Amino acid sequence: MGTTPTPLRRFMDYAVLSVLAFVFVLPVIYLFLGSLKPSDEVLDGLSGFLPTHLSFDNYSAVLDSLDSDSTGYFWGFMGVSLLLAFVVVTGGLFVNSMAAYGLSRLKWRGRNAVFTLILLLMLVPFESVAVPLFYMFNDQRNTLPILALPFIANAFSVYQFHTFFRSIPPSIEEAARIDGAGPWRTFFAIVVPMSKPAFASVAILTFLIQWGSFLWPVLMVSDPSVRPLPLEISVFQGQEPPDWGQILAFGVLLVLPVLVVFAFFQRWFVQGVASSAVKG
Amino acid sequence: MTSVEPAPAVPPPGPEQAPSVTSVKPARSKRSMRSTRPGPKNRDWLHGLLMSAPAVVGLIVFVGVPFGYAVVLSFYNVRLGSPLEPTFFGLEQYRRLFTDPDLSGPFLRALLNNLTFAVVVVPVQTALALGLAILLNRKLKAIGLFRSLFFMPVVFPMALVAVIWRLILARSDQGMLNSALDAVSFGNWGAFDWLGDGATAMASLIVLSIWQGVGFQMVILLAGLQQIPGELYEAAALDRASRWQQFRHVTLPGIHGTLVFVAMLTSVLSFRVFDQVYVLVRGGGMDEDATRTVMYQAVTTAFDQNNIGQASAITVVFFLIVVVLTLIQRRVVRPGNED
Repeated sequence: MGTTPTPLRRFMDYAVLSVLAFVFVLPVIYLFLGSLKPSDEVLDGLSGFLPTHLSFDNYSAVLDSLDSDSTGYFWGFMGVSLLLAFVVVTGGLFVNSMAAYGLSRLKWRGRNAVFTLILLLMLVPFESVAVPLFYMFNDQRNTLPILALPFIANAFSVYQFHTFFRSIPPSIEEAARIDGAGPWRTFFAIVVPMSKPAFASVAILTFLIQWGSFLWPVLMVSDPSVRPLPLEISVFQGQEPPDWGQILAFGVLLVLPVLVVFAFFQRWFVQGVASSAVKG
Repeated sequence: MTSVEPAPAVPPPGPEQAPSVTSVKPARSKRSMRSTRPGPKNRDWLHGLLMSAPAVVGLIVFVGVPFGYAVVLSFYNVRLGSPLEPTFFGLEQYRRLFTDPDLSGPFLRALLNNLTFAVVVVPVQTALALGLAILLNRKLKAIGLFRSLFFMPVVFPMALVAVIWRLILARSDQGMLNSALDAVSFGNWGAFDWLGDGATAMASLIVLSIWQGVGFQMVILLAGLQQIPGELYEAAALDRASRWQQFRHVTLPGIHGTLVFVAMLTSVLSFRVFDQVYVLVRGGGMDEDATRTVMYQAVTTAFDQNNIGQASAITVVFFLIVVVLTLIQRRVVRPGNED
């Protein structure tokens, strides 16, 4: 690892990695290729991998077949998913970073107790409150706010911000406060702009989890007009007989937003995942 | 804005009064320190409380209260929309889950399935992730691209992963896996229902779950590997240590803490499995009994059978498993991380 590899060794490295990576991404290739092929050629043995008769017909067919009140509208599902992601990410950044600042930088009696409570709540996975929440908010089923609200305040996000804020040298804030800035101004005008990496990695992690969110919509949504994309793909793939070309086209449309985010921000993303995990 | 502040909850003079009772000097020195602070009165307690209030309230309403409520509901016979009042059931829900001959079957099967899943996935996925991380921890030009490719499935929603694999594992002889096996066996394979067959359904679930998740563990382990100082490998190379010896005596000790962390994280995640089971059982013809998980059981009990009390009991059992795993994780990881 420290020594410079020989050309042969480097070639071997590339070869091994390329073969492994190719096998590994075959399902993704299959998804994209299949979405461009006529439906009867998708489930057709190994020729499903041949790039023949490619067209975007499946995509327009998805938009056409999901275009009524009974099936729901494709752009409706997309809109619901985008709206929920937007609300959960921006609301979460605001609420959780603010709490982390109040708990890490302002000294007040009881803050340790509150932070301990948050650390304890971090132990509780959403799965273990889904059933009682379903019972508590049953009269809110098929409404948008209840799909977003439980995910805005997030103990793990508070913890991530808390860790980050504690790593900032306090001298900068102290200077601002001596100049007469209150804690709110100090936070929004000085700390937030300094904490872009923390905001980026929390935002991306939150977006990713929210975009794939499935359990809560399963319990709370039966009306297509408030159905997010991941729940809809489970409905859409259940049609008989399945139209595989359309289902895969739907899948591509579902994953495209996260792939775009991933492509542009993966540095932050991978860093956020890794650092939070290594620090544990 | 300040009209509804919960001021009485935290009396500001408290901290100063307490020490002054026992000794006078420290109190004075504290007060003099305080007077050097900017601003005539220190209102940080109020701002701190206001800043953390939205998140804390949200967490209490959507995590704390429902969590306590799950415990309460598990002691009752509760159904949604039932004209009957909920009746107190004591530990009956738990007794039914574990010992009732008619009712415990699916639940115990779900526990066993989850256990099987975890016992296979934790070592296999961690080993694969470590292998990939070592393979990707080298200075090559396109290494970033390779890392991205292996990480990519992590960003895929699990519901979509289930749908893709439903096609790969399709039962007809035209399914991708079946036709590939047919090709390598020179036409001796034919059709096999990977998801529908009770013997292979769990294995299928395991494969697709590992495919989706291994990149996540890989990235964490890669970060761990990169913290191992390169001099250690140089020293080992000078001592003519073989690649295996380097791995055994430098790499493994260097990432021991991260490795344990990853393994424990994976075991917690293994018990949370739900999405792919739901999608594949409901629309993909996957064998239900062979793949039902604890969370799947909780959702069907609450939603399809409208038995909130029993579903809550399942939830409580689920939580206990997760907490025990998490506590073990903290115990084991801490010492490893400190050195």
